[in-house]
Amino acid sequence: MPEPMISLEGVTKVFPGSAAPAVDNLTLEVAAGEVAVLVGHSGCGKTTTLKMINRLIDPTSGRITVAGEDVMTVPAPELRRRIGYVIQQIGLFPHRTIADNIATVPRLLGWDRTRIDERTDELIALVDLDPALRNRYPRELSGGQRQRAGVARALAADPPVLLMDEPFGAVDPIVRSRLQDELLDLQRRLHKTIVLVTHDIDEAIKLGDRVAILQVGGVLAQHDSPAAILRDPAGPFVEEFLGSDRGIKRLSLMPIRDVPLEPGPVVSRAADPEEARAAMARYGVDWFGILDDGNLEGWAWAADLEQGPIASLPARSFRVRLGYDDSLRDALDTVITSHTGVAPVFDGERFVGMLTAEAISRELAR
Amino acid sequence: MGFFADLGRWFLENWSGDAGWLVRIWQHVEVSAVAVVAAVLVALPLGAWLGHTGRGGLAVVSVVNIGRAMPSFGILALALPFTIWLADTVWFIDNGLGFAPTFVALFALALPPVFTNTWAGIRGVDPEIVEAARGMGFTGRRLLRDVEFPLALPVILTGVRVTAVQVVATATLGALVGYGGLGRYIIDGFATQDDVRIVAGALLVAALSVLTEAMFSLVERRVVSPGLGIERQTTVPTPETRFRNGEHPEAVLS
Ligand SMILES: Nc1ncnc2c1ncn2[C@@H]1O[C@H](COP(=O)(O)OP(=O)(O)OP(=O)(O)O)[C@@H](O)[C@H]1O
Ligand SMILES: [Mg+2]
Repeated sequence: MPEPMISLEGVTKVFPGSAAPAVDNLTLEVAAGEVAVLVGHSGCGKTTTLKMINRLIDPTSGRITVAGEDVMTVPAPELRRRIGYVIQQIGLFPHRTIADNIATVPRLLGWDRTRIDERTDELIALVDLDPALRNRYPRELSGGQRQRAGVARALAADPPVLLMDEPFGAVDPIVRSRLQDELLDLQRRLHKTIVLVTHDIDEAIKLGDRVAILQVGGVLAQHDSPAAILRDPAGPFVEEFLGSDRGIKRLSLMPIRDVPLEPGPVVSRAADPEEARAAMARYGVDWFGILDDGNLEGWAWAADLEQGPIASLPARSFRVRLGYDDSLRDALDTVITSHTGVAPVFDGERFVGMLTAEAISRELAR
Repeated sequence: MGFFADLGRWFLENWSGDAGWLVRIWQHVEVSAVAVVAAVLVALPLGAWLGHTGRGGLAVVSVVNIGRAMPSFGILALALPFTIWLADTVWFIDNGLGFAPTFVALFALALPPVFTNTWAGIRGVDPEIVEAARGMGFTGRRLLRDVEFPLALPVILTGVRVTAVQVVATATLGALVGYGGLGRYIIDGFATQDDVRIVAGALLVAALSVLTEAMFSLVERRVVSPGLGIERQTTVPTPETRFRNGEHPEAVLS
């Protein structure tokens, strides 16, 4: 394994005046370019762990390195300017405009004006913020816009490492889901090393390359990829933390691409009615798909066959369609709500096959 | 009717000259302004620094209590022998009467509220914002200058405004120790049982107070960041009112 970007070695934090440690002998490595998620119940030491990385809190014992450097050997302000820090919306400076907020760290670093202005514009575009908001104040923005501004501010000086403490905690579920997607999209382009704290296991599964589940007292219960954790939870604590819908959660990590698809009750335009009837019988359905030159044009009822040759039937369009890269969790919803129990899958515009409910449950059992 | 006519005539006949109200207003403003500016120069940096470092909780309470226990009249009475002594010993103060004791009294009056408001304003800045700032690499003085101070500015300026109004009203007492200013009309009016002069002086003091209040409100609106959505506070949030509002003593005094 290459040298980790962030490493915690036997880190313990005991707050003065409290008997039990908030974080207990935690050892954790985060590879460069990885999204590591710290997840656990309230008070289990997630925030404390995060703040020890940028030295807002000093560990009682143990060693933390960032990019190979022991954080205790770097002056704290200097260290922090190299590490982006995102917290819930409250972290934006209310007395500064969005542009000024974003320019915070570049100013601390003493960049010149033009460079700061250019960078600010670049970041506003990067996080998909309306440029008209440039000179607004945080209180004039929605929760989602503030969050984007917070991310832009953290990215301003292009730090290799980003620490995010419940960055989506203050927005409603719909906005949260979109912001999560945007973060993933951003990360695919920027390849930062991100440590993100949340208490939402679904968020952890969705965002994390690896997830560290913490138990009260900052004890590491399991640290692995989401798929591995869902497949093999290390003990009853993790199992319970993952919840009773662990199977469904696993589905969200499996792309349709990895599942064998059925050809489905599909025939070509040139086929005769008997072929269509045989295909329908094979799947036990009363409809069939119509292929034209490999393109799935649509479908027709069995009864439509009475009206004439397949070549002349009007193709009804599919109300549901799945993408090759959709997760089985998305697919499950589509498949069980379509009354036929199957859904066509496309790779771009190309029809690649039909996904059935049985195929999904077969996959889970493996 | 006769009284108001007299009053009107008084204003028309007494605007010019060394004892005219233009000069008296100027004297009144002069000592008030010097006192407020001096108090701000001393109390604001001190309050800001102590607020920033979180030290001086006990000092603040003492200052507030002393400030409140001392009537301005008493300060004036104490200031007089002090300034007379100063005039005897310090070469550049040549008169222990008039301006000097008035200034000392007003300065002593202005110091506590400016100090406590600055201190409380800085302490009252949302700790999460301060921590976010630290997390981005802000340190000591820069944190105070760029984050804590601008965020505390509404509270600080409220303190200065209320103080200034109080100082303008109290400067009237300067007449008791031989200073000019609008207090002259009131004191002299009492001495000569000239009701018109008393009322004219009182009206001028009231008008000047209102003007001071208006001017500072204007300044507040100009210098406080629009992002803070200025909410005008009508009372100074002293530590005591903050206790009463249910804040934990630790939060206010630690
Ligand atoms: N500054 C502090 N002084 C004393 N104890 C603290 C301090 N900060 C945190 N703690 C304690 O340490 C423990 C861990 O706190 P921490 O903030 O890291 O939890 P968390 O996992 O981030 O929780 P949440 O999900 O609620 O944010 C808690 O018991 C908390 O009370
Ligand atoms: Mg936390």
